[in-house]
Amino acid sequence: MRSLTRKLRASPTESWLLGLLVVISVALSFAAPEYLTFANLFNLLNTSSVNLIFAVGLLVVLISGGIDISFAVAASVVQYVVATILIDAGGGGWVSGVLLAAAVGIALGAVNAIFIYGFGIISIVVTIATFNIFFGLLMFVTHGVSIYALPEWWTHRTVLLSFQQANGLWADLTLPVLIMAIGVAATFVLVRHTTTGRQLYAFGDNPEGARRLGINIAAMHFIPYCWLGMMAGIGGLAQVHYTQEVVPNALIGRELDVLAAVVLGGARLGGGRGSVLGCVLGVFLVSVTQNGLNLLGISPYAFKMIIGAIILVAITLSSEQLTRMLSVRRRTADQHG
Amino acid sequence: MVEAVPGLRSKRRRASGLAGLAAAVGPEAIGLAVALIAVIAIFSVFSPRFLTRATFDSAAFQLPELGLLTLAMLMPIISGGLNLSVTFTANICGLTLAWVFHAYGGMDAGPMVFLVGSLAALCVGAATGLVMGMVIAFTGAHPILVSLSMMIFVRGLGEFLTRGGDISGFPDFIRPIGHGTLLGIPIPMLILIAAFVVWHVMMSRGRLGFGTYMIGSNIEATRYSGVNTKRVLVMIYVLSGVMCGIAGIIMLARFNSVRVGHGEAYLLITVLACFLGGVNPFGGFGRVTSVFLALVILQVLSSGLNLLGANQHLATAMWGILLIAVMVLRWASARFGFFGRGGSGEG
Repeated sequence: MRSLTRKLRASPTESWLLGLLVVISVALSFAAPEYLTFANLFNLLNTSSVNLIFAVGLLVVLISGGIDISFAVAASVVQYVVATILIDAGGGGWVSGVLLAAAVGIALGAVNAIFIYGFGIISIVVTIATFNIFFGLLMFVTHGVSIYALPEWWTHRTVLLSFQQANGLWADLTLPVLIMAIGVAATFVLVRHTTTGRQLYAFGDNPEGARRLGINIAAMHFIPYCWLGMMAGIGGLAQVHYTQEVVPNALIGRELDVLAAVVLGGARLGGGRGSVLGCVLGVFLVSVTQNGLNLLGISPYAFKMIIGAIILVAITLSSEQLTRMLSVRRRTADQHG
Repeated sequence: MVEAVPGLRSKRRRASGLAGLAAAVGPEAIGLAVALIAVIAIFSVFSPRFLTRATFDSAAFQLPELGLLTLAMLMPIISGGLNLSVTFTANICGLTLAWVFHAYGGMDAGPMVFLVGSLAALCVGAATGLVMGMVIAFTGAHPILVSLSMMIFVRGLGEFLTRGGDISGFPDFIRPIGHGTLLGIPIPMLILIAAFVVWHVMMSRGRLGFGTYMIGSNIEATRYSGVNTKRVLVMIYVLSGVMCGIAGIIMLARFNSVRVGHGEAYLLITVLACFLGGVNPFGGFGRVTSVFLALVILQVLSSGLNLLGANQHLATAMWGILLIAVMVLRWASARFGFFGRGGSGEG
């Protein structure tokens, strides 16, 4: 028990996110009885899988002190490239699909890294530019036409775990959840259990200090953006499995939702901070809120507004300066009292 | 790095000739003027219809929306931040004016309603800026993040209130604000020029401008030298919001309708205009006059491409390529030292 409290104290962001998630879940299970059913919870997992795959990729970039808003469009590009090549090649399968998607994603991530590292351009500017380049070229080349005739393996709904509830509804856990679990686990190993992961934190916290320590700066640029590119490619693959079609502008706008969720999970713009657990909790907090609003019958038009407000409040409350300000005040109050 | 303090530069401005001009408008302005002439020359060769009154008119009517949003983006960038919510804030301000019109007579509303509505629109813009500025100044949260969540919130609010549709049906007397001319110059253009003059004077002469440059260079040093950095930061975002409000009102008058998401694509171009105009992406440096020139170049490019019938999506890709090209050129000039001292003090 004591080690648990110590753990909670060591990671305050994760703790309060977890607490908030529990509070919301308890409240929702009373307000909307269908919330706490396997059908709904599995559905939540299925729908947030793609965002989670993107989120852990983005987390690595944020830890290294960068930012990337081009990954969702890159995922759309990957979907098109993979669909076109594999249909031409006669279908392919999951192995070739994942390998190809990862390779194309890594290549697109490397484009960002080249401009950020090679020319010293600030990452937000590069990725705003590549966002428009990727999207403009994608729309130009495809004329905005969607692809529906996809290979069988890709769109066939693969169910990992399935059972019928007492009320007759089926609870299904689908393939994207497995892909997500692997992606999250791989990212966890990368940032927590490898030297590269430690170096990414060091570089994100203090690039100049990291350089003087002899850390390979080029690698610190290429690894995060290529990792995100890979996750974007694989996430794109999973998203097609879920929606059964390739639409050029389906993922546009997703990057900001994911960014907001990751930052909510404690990653800091400016680098050196963030954990996989926090990132997962951040994504779940957003999707649980959305799910809850949906179950409570609130207009979908209000979702974005409410989520924007939540993030704004969360940023304000979780900021270090505010915490310090409050604790200083409390301390002086103690001294006076 | 010699010119760290623009406000103090005026004393050294007495040099004569080209050097004097360069000192007055900044070294990048001359390069931009040359680029502008080159762009105009190239388009006139490719399209005989380019150098006509019609092109000038269409450019002059489109430029103001973009220009006002760029001004809204400029101050946050110079202070080392970014305001990603400019386009949607402009939308929400336009919506405010639209509701005031609809609440007080719709098509038959009088000029007084317009004044009240515009004031309300500017207040809404200022309020979004106030919230962002307070959060940024008092919690130290990153401006990209704060403006991003504000953007999500404002867009959500707008979509919630309009249900994704557009609002139209305004009195006829507001049409001149979007379409009228005065002495042959479009009225929106006059508003833009006035806004640019105010911004230029404020940034190069005013206390607020001075504080903005200082904060962009080094916020801690600025605080220690006695500038109330929190107040300056809040003011920067409030003014940015007010500028979005003006842009929103002009957009309403030009399209005779308001829709959330209108002008969304301008966001990239405002950032592009600032960086093309030599503003340092890390803050601290950048001139209003150069940004104006950069803006005119972008508008001429856009009008020219339109005239040549270029694909809209190809144009989007081209804006991105141009942004990277500008940044690579600035990197090269800082590194290899061509173009004089290289833009605005990087490297």
